[in-house]
Amino acid sequence: MDYAPNTDDQRQEMLRAIGVSSFEELINAVPVELHQRSLHAPHGLAEAQVLELCGALAARNQSLTDLTSFLGAGQYHHLIPTVVDAIASRGEWLTPYTPYQAEAGQGTLQAIYEFQTMVCELMQMEVANASLYDGASSTAEAVILSLRATEQPRVLLSEALHPHAREVIATYLIGANAIVQEIPAVNGVTDLEALGKALRDDVACVVMQQPNVFGCLEPMAQAGELAHKVGALFVSSVYPISLGLLQPPGAYGADIAVAEGRCLGTPISYGGPGLGLFTTTSALLRKIPGRLAGCTVDHAGRRGFTLTLQTREQHIRREKATSNICTNEGLIALRATVFMSLLGPEGLKEMATLNLEKAHYAHERLRDVSWLRPAFEQSFFNEFTLQCDDAVDIEVVNRTLAKADIIGGFPLKSWYPSMPHASLWCATEVLSQDAIDRAVDALKKAV
Amino acid sequence: MADPLIFERSVPGRRGYRLPPSDTPSRPPADMLPADQQRATPPQWPEVAEFDVVRHYTRLSQLNFSVDTHFYPLGSCTMKYNPKVNERVAALPGFAWIHPLQPASQVQGVLELLHGLEQLLCAITGMAAFTLQPAAGAQGELTGLKIVAAYHKRKRRTRSTILIPDSAHGTNPASAALSGFSVVQLKSGPDGLIDLKEFKSKLNRDVAALMLTNPNTLGLFEYNIKTIAALLHEQDALVYMDGANMNALLGISRPGDMGVDLLQLNLHKTFSTPHGGGGPGAGPVGVAKALEDFLPVPRVRKRGTRFAWETRSRATVGRVHGWFGNIGVLVRAYAYIRALGREGLMRASETAIINANYLKAKLQETYPVPFHQSCLHEFVASAKPLKAHGVTAGDVAKRLLDYGFYAPTVYFPLIVEEALMIEPTETESKETLDQFIEALLRIAEEAKTNPELVRRAPQRMPVDRLDEVKAAREPNLRWMKPAQSIVHSR
Repeated sequence: MDYAPNTDDQRQEMLRAIGVSSFEELINAVPVELHQRSLHAPHGLAEAQVLELCGALAARNQSLTDLTSFLGAGQYHHLIPTVVDAIASRGEWLTPYTPYQAEAGQGTLQAIYEFQTMVCELMQMEVANASLYDGASSTAEAVILSLRATEQPRVLLSEALHPHAREVIATYLIGANAIVQEIPAVNGVTDLEALGKALRDDVACVVMQQPNVFGCLEPMAQAGELAHKVGALFVSSVYPISLGLLQPPGAYGADIAVAEGRCLGTPISYGGPGLGLFTTTSALLRKIPGRLAGCTVDHAGRRGFTLTLQTREQHIRREKATSNICTNEGLIALRATVFMSLLGPEGLKEMATLNLEKAHYAHERLRDVSWLRPAFEQSFFNEFTLQCDDAVDIEVVNRTLAKADIIGGFPLKSWYPSMPHASLWCATEVLSQDAIDRAVDALKKAV
Repeated sequence: MADPLIFERSVPGRRGYRLPPSDTPSRPPADMLPADQQRATPPQWPEVAEFDVVRHYTRLSQLNFSVDTHFYPLGSCTMKYNPKVNERVAALPGFAWIHPLQPASQVQGVLELLHGLEQLLCAITGMAAFTLQPAAGAQGELTGLKIVAAYHKRKRRTRSTILIPDSAHGTNPASAALSGFSVVQLKSGPDGLIDLKEFKSKLNRDVAALMLTNPNTLGLFEYNIKTIAALLHEQDALVYMDGANMNALLGISRPGDMGVDLLQLNLHKTFSTPHGGGGPGAGPVGVAKALEDFLPVPRVRKRGTRFAWETRSRATVGRVHGWFGNIGVLVRAYAYIRALGREGLMRASETAIINANYLKAKLQETYPVPFHQSCLHEFVASAKPLKAHGVTAGDVAKRLLDYGFYAPTVYFPLIVEEALMIEPTETESKETLDQFIEALLRIAEEAKTNPELVRRAPQRMPVDRLDEVKAAREPNLRWMKPAQSIVHSR
């Protein structure tokens, strides 16, 4: 199946109109020695065969919808209203390009403008862009913006910032003459004393995550204050659903706030596509990476929307652009816009409250398991770290749980070798009390 | 009348979605969260009913041109039909609802798919290995340039220059700069290709790599690519190919045979995943054998009959995505490649090339094409003759909208005056192409007989031309409740 409508007769007719006798003449400009007129790929398939093939592959994955899962660690399972798919599957949203011709893309442009407004409101920040790839690359772009804005070389990353975000930052900084320094975590939160000591005049930014990778709530306001004292920017990476209850970054003085926004209406899809949320202050507006939609008027004075401040971008500024990003995550941003509209302020608060309650219930019940105990005495939102007895191997336990279709907490030792007995447990609104109780029973029997 | 914003439809107290009631013992949030960590004021999101949302976003969608609704000849963007079956496949719970931290034993199907996709991309391009992590073409370029930097660093030497032709896409120099390189521009020759003399004069021991697009943004194949690659390799510099235009080459020619060391593919172009109004895309990077160790981790590996993630590699540039890449996009691309198969992929490129040459043959008398060699999947024409009537390429683009066609890419590449970059793709029928030709020829007539009509276009769109200067001078990037100021408690 090749989806190309022209028949062989039409192709011949077109070749005649072009003035060539065969297709091969059209590729004369490709040196003959470089011709490779065959492909080592399987034969094509009919639609029904594609569905059979891909359906069989999908069936060899165990879907979260059939499991009781305590996995979070940066990717959280949330409900998605039916309307999100109904809207986002419309071809008019699915199949346009970035709206370069504004008059023929008012739908996309207005939706981006609404998205930017809702993201600003969520974060309580002044400016939001049209999205970046994912939370990790947004964090890296925040670091790059900070290096440019402050013209200082040192970047302080909390050890409790997601390790994948730290890895992406390291990759983005190859060739950038920046110095990255990690600030240790003590008892599950960033050590403010160590942070204070590391903060000198040459620091471009401090990057912290709320809630952090261990699920603990960080003293963001104090950390931000420390950063500002030496003129460094404070970058906050947050979890959008938690902001139904938790202080937004704008309230504690973040200069840049980023997030993985996929949880707002898009399935996890094994971790991608994500949705990089990127927000900052008006002062940094002209250094922001990525697309921005702006409201303006047309020649008849009617309200309209257009991509704006494009002189920051690669297609105008080339090597002097604020970022190289072009395609971003448009459709995922649209899904988030529809999701945020449906939930409204009350819905977000309800969803956040359910998460808080379920996780605290799970935390309390899991303490009943004799060989499990909280790793830290800290406040948390919907995720927390537990510590096993030394004699218990959580990976062995998880294999036992898997037989009962339960995915236990994520063992942290691959990310934090110094924490061989710690695991990260998450409960969102999709976990029922029943499922939590059954998991606790299974854990009690597992050892 | 313009559509209201969703915020202007808001009525306090209205709800669009209800969460299930709590089934765990309820406690006041204050018992669980310290007071100083709690949000004081909720976000001012709209308060609307489900049906308000459905009508609002359905109506907004109808203001868009899209591939599903309109011919979309946007050059270098490969706006081909996006098969619906791929949407259905990506939405299967076995792909859509799996967690990236599930053990490999629970996700063998997706690992097999990713491994299979890598193999297919290797076969199509002639490269030795691929990473599927980059989320878009530009992130693929960035990944490639980090690999270039790591390669030279491993050889313990400083190479600070990337050569880039003046016809290149803006992401190329931007990606180079983000990797700490300085950019030296190569002026294209009179035939629109890399000028060998110019190239040789700029090639020296400081060159880390050449970034070239093949076929280039004029739709022309870089005829001397093998010679160019050999000259670079003599200096131990690398050849990076921007594979955005791969739709011209399926079953025609393989970058791996051209001497290309690394390239990115744009799956949302060549491999038909929908553009979504600006993403998500996917920009896998393929490399020659000598560069395989530098690829990002983790990499999917086959061990016996099982698949697993390999998380470490000695020379890797690290990670560019929070997880494994845009899986949903990769699943669609895999389904597409399997549906087309070897014959379909070849036929896709052949048809795309015929369609482009057909448009070029019918249009070049009116809209001159400055370079004479046969184009591949796209070509660049010029609206310069219309300038005598005060009509520009931008005006032609706007007038096309009135005729029900999306516009070509305009004013790019920068080396062609009044450029109209046209890429029809293989999925448009001859009938559509004929209608498009007729519209462009009529616009050229209108430019002579009624230039004002063209200059004032579009007139049949929801809005007229927008005041871009105002948009940039007085940035209004978010809605504000009337008479409300932006002051937040900080």
